Amino acid sequence: MYNFDFEKPSTIADAVAALGDDEAQALGGGQTLIPTLKQRLASPSKLVSLKGIGEMQGICIADDGAVCIGGASCHADVAGSSDVFAGLAGLAGGIGDPAVRARGTIGGSLANNDPAACYPAAALGCGATIITNNRAIVADDYFEGMFATALEEGEIVTEVRFPVPEASNYQKFEQPASRFALVGVFVAKYADGVRVAVTGASEEGVFRWAEAEAALSANFSAEAIADLKLDSDGMIADLHGTSEYRAHLVGVLTRRAVAAAA
Amino acid sequence: MSHVSMTVNGKQMSGDAEGRTLLSQFLRETLGLTGTHVGCDTSQCGACVVHVDGVAVKSCTMLAMEADGADISTIEGQAAEDGTLNALQQAFQDHHGLQCGFCTPGMIMSAADLLKNNPTPTEAEVRHHLEGNICRCTGYHNIVKAIMAASGQDVSSIAAE
Repeated sequence: MYNFDFEKPSTIADAVAALGDDEAQALGGGQTLIPTLKQRLASPSKLVSLKGIGEMQGICIADDGAVCIGGASCHADVAGSSDVFAGLAGLAGGIGDPAVRARGTIGGSLANNDPAACYPAAALGCGATIITNNRAIVADDYFEGMFATALEEGEIVTEVRFPVPEASNYQKFEQPASRFALVGVFVAKYADGVRVAVTGASEEGVFRWAEAEAALSANFSAEAIADLKLDSDGMIADLHGTSEYRAHLVGVLTRRAVAAAA
Repeated sequence: MSHVSMTVNGKQMSGDAEGRTLLSQFLRETLGLTGTHVGCDTSQCGACVVHVDGVAVKSCTMLAMEADGADISTIEGQAAEDGTLNALQQAFQDHHGLQCGFCTPGMIMSAADLLKNNPTPTEAEVRHHLEGNICRCTGYHNIVKAIMAASGQDVSSIAAE
């Protein structure tokens, strides 16, 4: 690892100020960033830990019923919270392994936007709102491709607001060595329609499967999408699976998620 | 360099750390607690698991400076002062839950974390909880058996020794 300075501010304002320095980078739980630093794939001049910021911790229910999760909340807290609906809690409880869930944060996951991460599927699948230190970004405008988001330099995900679905579920086909999603599908049924978000599959990162959403909005059952096929163009192909295999998995996992939705 | 202080196995300890100093490195090289092992460079093997403020984490994937002021438990703090093994350690010995022993510190610390929150886990729950701990010797059967035995459950019918 190249060396860097370390700061642990206790307020969002102090963190934003600290991130104003050249080559400074925010540190959430570090479960992706620290391994990246070990590989010398990043060389920030300073890491600004967001773990000491009290106003970015905790889970609550907003006046409009949305579940609000502080950006520095770890996966284990989301998985174990009685305020979090089952589809989201289940997703959080399946990320990585227990030690990773004890450190990794929702804000860090969404800011990194790994194309195989789980949380982007939940945020896009629920039409969540990503709150930063200076604005609110709806999920449909937030994800801009592999490792790319609408965040500006030095902008921090301070909170994520999830409208609570009538039913939801996340199905992940794990890449067994990394426990990242080879393909993951989040299905959420709302009064005004169904949303289907897919992670792990596309070269463009997380995406919504519009054809499945239309079919499921008309008939929320696995049978409604039994014959629906996703085009493999643009799907990731690597040593773990071909693009055709991933496209196939999207269909299978979407049907499983619909069947399991609660 | 900054000065980092933490409570380790009930004792106040401190030393100097760079920004990039990992907690695992600080424990091993600065504090001399080499029971915490580092088996990979990719945060996957779990040999370095310790408890930070009561929660199991991979000490190779946390900076020493992040642990400033924290309460740390490592494998060195598990046995009694006179060397008597705790229930988990004794169960690992009784059920042959280790061969080379390299992964064992992480296995013990992860298992202790599980049993604290789930005192009588099922075999499936034990295996699920150990997803982040890799053992290349045992095939896991006797590790799972040892953890279930330590939880006071009858293990006579589960994995073969």
